[in-house]
Amino acid sequence: MKFAVLEFPGSNCEMDLYNAIKDIIKEEVELVSYKQESLAGFDAALIPGGFSYGDYLRSGAIARFSPIIPALQQFASSGKPVLGICNGFQILTEAGLLPGSLQKNVSAKFICKDETLVVNNNHSLFSSEYQKGQLISLPIAHGDGNYYCDQETLKSLIAHDQIVFKYTNNPNGSVDNIAGIVNQQGNVLGMMPHPERAVEDVLGSSDGKGVFQSIVKHIKSRGVIYE
Amino acid sequence: MNKVAEQVEATPEQIRDQQLYRSMGLTDHEYQLIKDDVLHRLPNYTEVGLFSGMWSEHCSYKNSKPVLKKFFTKGKHVVKGPGEGAGIIDIGDNQGVVFKAESHNHPSAVEPFQGATTGVGGILRDIFSMGARPIASLDSLRFAEPKTDADKYFIQQIVAGISAYGNCIGIPTVGGDTAFDDAYAHNPLVNVMSVGLMDLDKIEVGAAAGVGNSIVYVGHKTGRDGINGASFASFQFDSEHESQRSAVQVGDPFEEKLVMEACLDVINNHAEALIGIQDMGAAGLVSSSAEMGSKAGGNGMELNLDLVPQREAGMSAFELMLSESQERMLLCVKAGHEDEVLQVFADRGVNAVVIGHVTEGHQYRLLHHGKLVADVPVDSLAAQAPVYHRESAVPEHLKHADAHQYQPQIANPTATLKQMLGQLTIASKESIYETYDTQVQTNTVVAPGSDAAVVRIRHHDKALAITTDVNGRYLYLNPRIGGQMAVAEAARNIVASGATPLGITDCLNFGNPEKPDQFYELDQAVMGMSEACEKFEAPVISGNVSLNNEYDNVPIYPTPMVGMVGLIKGIDHITTQDFKQAGDLVYVIGKTDAGFNGSQIQKMQTGQIFGQLFDFDLDYELKIQHLVTKAIQAKLLQSAHDISEGGLITAIAESTFGRQLGVELASDLTVADFFSESQSRFVVSVPQDKQAAFEQLVGSEAYQLGKVTDDNHFFVQASDGYFDLDSDKALAIWKGALACRLK
Repeated sequence: MKFAVLEFPGSNCEMDLYNAIKDIIKEEVELVSYKQESLAGFDAALIPGGFSYGDYLRSGAIARFSPIIPALQQFASSGKPVLGICNGFQILTEAGLLPGSLQKNVSAKFICKDETLVVNNNHSLFSSEYQKGQLISLPIAHGDGNYYCDQETLKSLIAHDQIVFKYTNNPNGSVDNIAGIVNQQGNVLGMMPHPERAVEDVLGSSDGKGVFQSIVKHIKSRGVIYE
Repeated sequence: MNKVAEQVEATPEQIRDQQLYRSMGLTDHEYQLIKDDVLHRLPNYTEVGLFSGMWSEHCSYKNSKPVLKKFFTKGKHVVKGPGEGAGIIDIGDNQGVVFKAESHNHPSAVEPFQGATTGVGGILRDIFSMGARPIASLDSLRFAEPKTDADKYFIQQIVAGISAYGNCIGIPTVGGDTAFDDAYAHNPLVNVMSVGLMDLDKIEVGAAAGVGNSIVYVGHKTGRDGINGASFASFQFDSEHESQRSAVQVGDPFEEKLVMEACLDVINNHAEALIGIQDMGAAGLVSSSAEMGSKAGGNGMELNLDLVPQREAGMSAFELMLSESQERMLLCVKAGHEDEVLQVFADRGVNAVVIGHVTEGHQYRLLHHGKLVADVPVDSLAAQAPVYHRESAVPEHLKHADAHQYQPQIANPTATLKQMLGQLTIASKESIYETYDTQVQTNTVVAPGSDAAVVRIRHHDKALAITTDVNGRYLYLNPRIGGQMAVAEAARNIVASGATPLGITDCLNFGNPEKPDQFYELDQAVMGMSEACEKFEAPVISGNVSLNNEYDNVPIYPTPMVGMVGLIKGIDHITTQDFKQAGDLVYVIGKTDAGFNGSQIQKMQTGQIFGQLFDFDLDYELKIQHLVTKAIQAKLLQSAHDISEGGLITAIAESTFGRQLGVELASDLTVADFFSESQSRFVVSVPQDKQAAFEQLVGSEAYQLGKVTDDNHFFVQASDGYFDLDSDKALAIWKGALACRLK
């Protein structure tokens, strides 16, 4: 099983994801440049946090035009898992792989701290290792984490059980306390909190491991999908 | 060419006759030196510019060099001491820790956001130019107490600038210190420390050697920002010259990230092609190239300024050489390897251009529009800058200082404690540090809020403890002892976190060295710091000097920021300041005396700082630190916290906040003693089953106070009164004070 960690100019959590997969989850992992045009050979794609293109124009707005994006869209439509964290979530909404958008935090400030999330849905391929309603502690670190969508989209997200993680103490103004959502097919997750920062007790929490373990379990149980 | 932008430069004769060099920061004496001893002719406009930048205090250390020679810089683990971009200490396993601090006081005073961003950017370039990957930054900030909306805006913009730059480039801001005193009203201090990690077999040096090798310009285009900023940084502010905004640069962390990754790629994967690499920091292109040329020794250098990437049309040679546009580096690349190196930068979308070569001879020559615009001996700019031995005289306020210690007036101990917890210097800095990404790179074990930050070294059973400290009030009352205390407190922070000190960096923030009473403070402080460094075996490996921090002839408190790094050998030795669980025993280690002159309670009750500083004994300090280290290594402690501003009672309160616990304590100290700031003390907690082992180890230096509780009750009985309040109320005051005052 092999994870791809996409790397854009200005990404800065790519090594954190890489290390989490390699050292803690103990699966194969490779960095993939934004200049590549294929994701052949990978079982899951991870889009790291950071400030792709300095967040200039709008977070994720420029990265979305990278050569790798069409390959990512194809990868997603083939049903393979795609996880975007923080700036990765922003890129996924900009690329049209997830609905809604991420706006500036209501405080207008960057916030970095641990937040308690509730697992709203544990039958997604990203959350099966958690209990529904389980409280988990994950760090957030973002300036543009305020999830916004219109009422109709929100109704649809709820109707299709697409809201995977919610904040218990909304730190950024997100609609319906949303911290992470999946697409309707259930194979693309975007989340603002950083599960890769919470995979070792020495760093304060291991609650993020479940996200990656869920992906691994899903891939192992489903078997390999060829292109 | 753009006619508007074309400038008519003064002729060499006009510069001499109208003394135009003065406005660039050169004295009459220095101009004579250039004319008569260095060039033996009249320097032209560009050349005067080169000298004004290179001979500024910021680049040449001309006023501080004799003082800096007093620093203790030796140590068996020092790989590189002061002199290069940053110092390096060997931490075993072929790993080196690289660190340095830099001040950005003057730019931040005029344009707080950009001043702070470019401070972060500059220090990071110093770290990665050594071949190290930056792993952590810290910020040491000094402000006046915010009173007006403008004051609040100013502080928020400084913090926002640090946040914007550090977060974007992906280097965690893991700690620092912030204190408030009106002594910094017109000269706020913005000091940034950065720490990097490297493989010791990949050290890079900022030198250009070998005739024919190429000088490669890397990074952002050069614009008209920050022209001659190094000279600007070496001026004093006064109320007549409020607007000097053009001397401030603009930061672009995204570009820096690209430049950093490309430079580390060249250093790690193209070592055979690279001769030297240096940050274009203060005094921009001239400083980086002249220093590179001078350090290599024995060769000259020729640059063609037409090849320098330029953001604006019609820039003069003076502007190109003195611009401090950010995110730029200078490389010396072995002849024949240019394409290989340029390709690395091209792949990452970073400008990289060959702009000149190492030449025969010793001249530093600049060509612009086909003309030779400067031709000076390369050493005259860097190595041969003048050095001044300044006069020293005891300041008036120290001559008749009262030897008696101030006696706090405390009618209601609980009320006084509440007031203390709400002092901005004491209160939680969470509203500042929660805007910093403290965790990126996933190595931060102890984030801001404990004595020292702790960053683990991945794949090794070790970690680094990092802290910044200084209390300018102590130095104001006694620069020598205060200098010792600054290093000692940093060391206590390092020791409390389970580490042993490795070394320090510093930012020497002082007043005007040309005034004997202000020079005295610098000279004495350095001697005091050096004495402590030697005692703790923590050599000075790098640093920075920021002089002329005075406004309308009143200097700041002498404030030599100490940035210390320590090594934790074994992740399980990492200790934090928080009490861990009810039932644990609370002790104070170290003697409590009357330490009130210069203390927070003196300031709080009188609005002033006065009298002779209280006593301090370096030997006793070291003894106490060793006891704490032994207790941690024997796994006897649950928590350890250094006692500093606000005294013992404040340290106890801070220890309860992390896990929202209470205490029930009693002591034969007086209520006032609980606010004493006498040094060499720690508050620790010990599990009950370790009591005997702990007491045997520490002996008569430990005084048991009582127990940690979990009943939301903070109760401390003193000999003449008691502190009694709900723990959550104490926490709310401490946590809310700063956020509230910045709203």
